[in-house]
Amino acid sequence: MSQTEQSQTERGKTPGRLARAWDSDIAWSFRHSPVAIVAGAVSVLIILAAIFAPLIAPHDPFNPATLNLMDGFTPPMEPNAFTGNVYWLGTDNQGRDVFSTILYGARISLFVGFAAVILAMVLGIAAGLVAGYRGGWVDGLLMRFADVQLTFPSILLALLIFGIARGFIPPAYREEMAIWVLIVAIGLSDWVQYARVVRGATMVEKNKEYVQAAKVIGAHPAKIVLRHILPNVLGPVLVIATIGLALAIIAEATLSFLGVGVPPTQPSLGTLIRIGQGFLFSGEWWILLFPSITLLALALSVNLLGDWLRDALNPRLR
Amino acid sequence: MVDTVLQVEGLTRTFDVSKPWLNRVLERDHKQFLTAVDNVTFGIERGETFALVGESGSGKSTIAKLIVGLLKPSRGTIAFDGQPMSFESGTAMRNLRRRFQMIFQDPFASLNPRWRVGEIIAEPIRTFGLASGADVHREVARLLEVVGLSATDAGKFPHEFSGGQRQRIAIARALSSKPEFIVCDEPTSALDVSVQAQILNLMRDLQDEFGLTYLLISHDLSVVRHMANRIGVLYLGRIVEVADSKRLFTDPQHPYTRMLLDAVPDLALSGRRRTPVTGEIPNPINPPSGCTFHPRCPHVMDICRGDPPAQTPTATGAAACYLLTEPVGS
Repeated sequence: MSQTEQSQTERGKTPGRLARAWDSDIAWSFRHSPVAIVAGAVSVLIILAAIFAPLIAPHDPFNPATLNLMDGFTPPMEPNAFTGNVYWLGTDNQGRDVFSTILYGARISLFVGFAAVILAMVLGIAAGLVAGYRGGWVDGLLMRFADVQLTFPSILLALLIFGIARGFIPPAYREEMAIWVLIVAIGLSDWVQYARVVRGATMVEKNKEYVQAAKVIGAHPAKIVLRHILPNVLGPVLVIATIGLALAIIAEATLSFLGVGVPPTQPSLGTLIRIGQGFLFSGEWWILLFPSITLLALALSVNLLGDWLRDALNPRLR
Repeated sequence: MVDTVLQVEGLTRTFDVSKPWLNRVLERDHKQFLTAVDNVTFGIERGETFALVGESGSGKSTIAKLIVGLLKPSRGTIAFDGQPMSFESGTAMRNLRRRFQMIFQDPFASLNPRWRVGEIIAEPIRTFGLASGADVHREVARLLEVVGLSATDAGKFPHEFSGGQRQRIAIARALSSKPEFIVCDEPTSALDVSVQAQILNLMRDLQDEFGLTYLLISHDLSVVRHMANRIGVLYLGRIVEVADSKRLFTDPQHPYTRMLLDAVPDLALSGRRRTPVTGEIPNPINPPSGCTFHPRCPHVMDICRGDPPAQTPTATGAAACYLLTEPVGS
């Protein structure tokens, strides 16, 4: 009798992880925010489409064997004048299916965006934790460095890093290294905001009594920082990371648009827009328009998700 | 014969509260120091509860932090069971650290909100390597029951508990390294009055059960009266009077102690004449000369403005006041 009672209360107290996640404040806020639902749906749709691009895309735009130059400049939903092939979103000058190039382009844009955000996050969190916890001259040095970096527009800095990195890479490897250089350039130009937020939160947390309790028993500073403080400063970082993802995707698109980003053999959304804008005045509008809409939808929905997350995690706005 | 657990000798802590270097140069200011704890000496015997009382800013919490090593003393020594505390890393200090613990004022800040209660209580056990594997869970369950909670609470997060329950968790954490001496920094001041007595009684029961020695920091004289064997009264970082608890409440020697006792409201409305508390604690950056209490003291004499008075032995302790040494009216 008492055995079953106890097991029942235990079951009642610890529902499954999924049920608890569904019950959480964040999930409740999400379910009650139409903007967040739409933005989340669009983001997930584009991300899934990008991940499964090889399965979804009707054509392989980067395999020259499947390309037919005669298909070039086919308008959307109209049969090609020579071959009679129909493409949903038309083709570009080389006869590449625009829909397929967008799927593959979003793949590269998202990969660069995520990787750059992770790099910026790791650097920024590490710098912020060290500066906030140690204080003193370490803090002064790191934060003055961050201040100086903030005086330059991050896109300019990314251009600079990109240029320097290219100088060090032998020409034979430049094409294949381009994506990684781009990631490093965007990541290095974005770490400051993470560092500042983490530093501020760390300075608040390190004076709380639970950190003092760990100090009293002589816990190692690295353990205090990583196990006690880090989990408590991640909330605001998550918000910046989401908005930062949108900014990183735009930064990548900007660099690619300027021609310093990924090479044309692996075009990202930015590269596609750069290629497309050349044909705008000759009437082939679809080559520019569809990649642009995709970039806009992706950046906007991720940004809106970030805004929603910031409000949902801010206890003062509840 | 006296078994002293903690001996504090000439403990002093100053804080640099100067403006930044550039401001100092431009405004021709000097460096400024705040003496939070000034030449404090006391000893705590095994099994007793020693209380430090005083107003806000008297240096109570600074002394607590100095003793557990959260701050480094500017001068003076702290010896635990005869061994000086160095607070450098090393096995000797590690072994010492296991033997003292701290209970904090705010149970809402003293438990990491991202950790489960079981992990919080197990942290000292794991850090000192007192148990491993399933023994840790068994020990955590036992401690939770010792402080009046349920063993199944180990899986919950701190926000699922009330203030009083959280303070019980904090006490369980403090007990988990099997300490002999616990510094309690205002352990009940953040709690509802109805819960305060429960926590204080729990602390007394645990003291009897485990033979604990307490240093109780409090501004609440009723708490101190309930708990302490001996009391030290702090004013502006100095101990003005030490006495046995009963003696201090019935026969205070220092005018400041008298003023504190007079300030306690009593429900009986006895109509007894009181000396109202006058003035506020002065700015510790620029304290008054001599006896720092002299601007508020109803018995102030000329000599009080000169050198600070020395500790004079009293019936059960000592007090620092010229009234005890100088004939009144001189």
